[in-house]
Amino acid sequence: MLKLEDVHTYYGYSHILQGLSFSVPKGKCVALLGRNGAGKTTTIHSIAGLTPPRTGRISYLDKPISGLPPYKIARHGIGLVPQGRRIFPSLTIRENLIVPAKDSRQTEAGQKKWDLEAVFELFPVLKEREQNMGTQLSGGQQQMLAIGRALMTNPQCILMDEPSEGLAPVIIEQVGEIITRLKDTGLSILLVEQNFYLACGAADHVLVMSKGQIVWQGSPTELLANEEIQHQYLGV
Amino acid sequence: MATSILFMHILNGLAYGMLLFMIAAGLSIIFGLMNIVNLAHGAFYLGGVYIAYSLVQQNLGFWLAMIASIVLVAGLGVLMERFLLERVYGKELEQVLLTFGLSFIFADLVKWIWGTSPLALPVPSSLDVSLDMGGTMFPAYRLFVILVGCLLAVLLWYMENKTRIGAIIRAGVDDRQMLSALGINIKVVFTSIFAVGAALAGLSGVLGGPIMGMYVGIDSEILVSSLVIVVVGGLGTWKGAFIGAILVGLVDTLGRVWFPSLTMAMVFVIMIIVLLIKPNGLFGRGAHA
Repeated sequence: MLKLEDVHTYYGYSHILQGLSFSVPKGKCVALLGRNGAGKTTTIHSIAGLTPPRTGRISYLDKPISGLPPYKIARHGIGLVPQGRRIFPSLTIRENLIVPAKDSRQTEAGQKKWDLEAVFELFPVLKEREQNMGTQLSGGQQQMLAIGRALMTNPQCILMDEPSEGLAPVIIEQVGEIITRLKDTGLSILLVEQNFYLACGAADHVLVMSKGQIVWQGSPTELLANEEIQHQYLGV
Repeated sequence: MATSILFMHILNGLAYGMLLFMIAAGLSIIFGLMNIVNLAHGAFYLGGVYIAYSLVQQNLGFWLAMIASIVLVAGLGVLMERFLLERVYGKELEQVLLTFGLSFIFADLVKWIWGTSPLALPVPSSLDVSLDMGGTMFPAYRLFVILVGCLLAVLLWYMENKTRIGAIIRAGVDDRQMLSALGINIKVVFTSIFAVGAALAGLSGVLGGPIMGMYVGIDSEILVSSLVIVVVGGLGTWKGAFIGAILVGLVDTLGRVWFPSLTMAMVFVIMIIVLLIKPNGLFGRGAHA
């Protein structure tokens, strides 16, 4: 449902994404792995419209979205869970959740409709503390808030940028469970990760990235068996 | 000095502070949200008072003239944001040049249309009375200005803290890019906030006309005080603008009474003291990206 074809993105004169092509099928979780500086976050930002690609084509549900402003891409049904979570510090937990644009699209049959109630049901801790400031939550809870906030736009696809960053191992396991639950509701997920095991546990398909290009792809089982790729591109 | 006289001066200071608050509130929120120092913000004050003056001359009556003038100034703000400022977002130097230049253009426009001799907007007849306050007479109109300022502060506080629109604005001050990734059209937010800021400055102009008089140059005087208020109060918060405006209004008014030659210096001394103790201003939220 989300498709990138020969995408080139620059930061100033730096050529970050060098002809990136891949797709995320409907209802699947695709993990994007790679070392620091491989271009993973830039990939997410290119899709979300925060750093639009200079050339190439990004389409979502067969409609071109590259070149659209971020808010229009979000309204097409792509939710962003950014690196570092980027919770709004001046807002309460509840306010963080009600700020996103309300969805006006038709929900497909069988697609779960996300609203405040559904998010609170998924993450009861957010309801318990809804009047607290967003930044008063623990790291894992802030991650839940960032995911809940993205869900409030009622997306069909979410982009998750390093959800395990800075979290304790036991919390990372919970994040993995959350991703699996989200996938079970029919969401498509593009997961960017440094954490090899989280990515392999949650994903249906794995892409390995280096220097702005996809250098390997396959199933998590294949990657777990391929020590050469692990060693060469992931430093495992 | 007799306490009743001091009390009069404090009321005068508060009335002046409220006028400053209406300008600084818009300036501060525009600064905090859009990262633009609008040096032409004083033009909205000028526009407010001069347009209202002409409408009063046409026998429209003070209140109708006030509403019409505010609407026109808000419209002017929308045009300015849509067609000029939008081109210079993120470019500080260009912003300063553009808005500084605009402030001159507007000031000259006012001279061209209304002339250079000082004019005065008459106090609306319904408020043209003095109230006996403990032996001294105080103009009811100034009390009215204080009342409007306080009501506005409550209204803006409510909007900022208790509504979704307020939450969107605060979120925009925190992280504009993230907000747009959540489906919010930041351009519409910017234009609306700019219009509200312009309307508030216009209101300040209309209400200030009968107190401060009307002359070209008052816009820059008021802009300087308002910038001090924004710095003292902290960026992007109505509360900071309110407290800062009262502080500067009082210091300015009482300073004129006690140390006439040091007034402006005192205002800046306050700014320096606040900055030494709280570099982000009294209610500032820390460094803004």
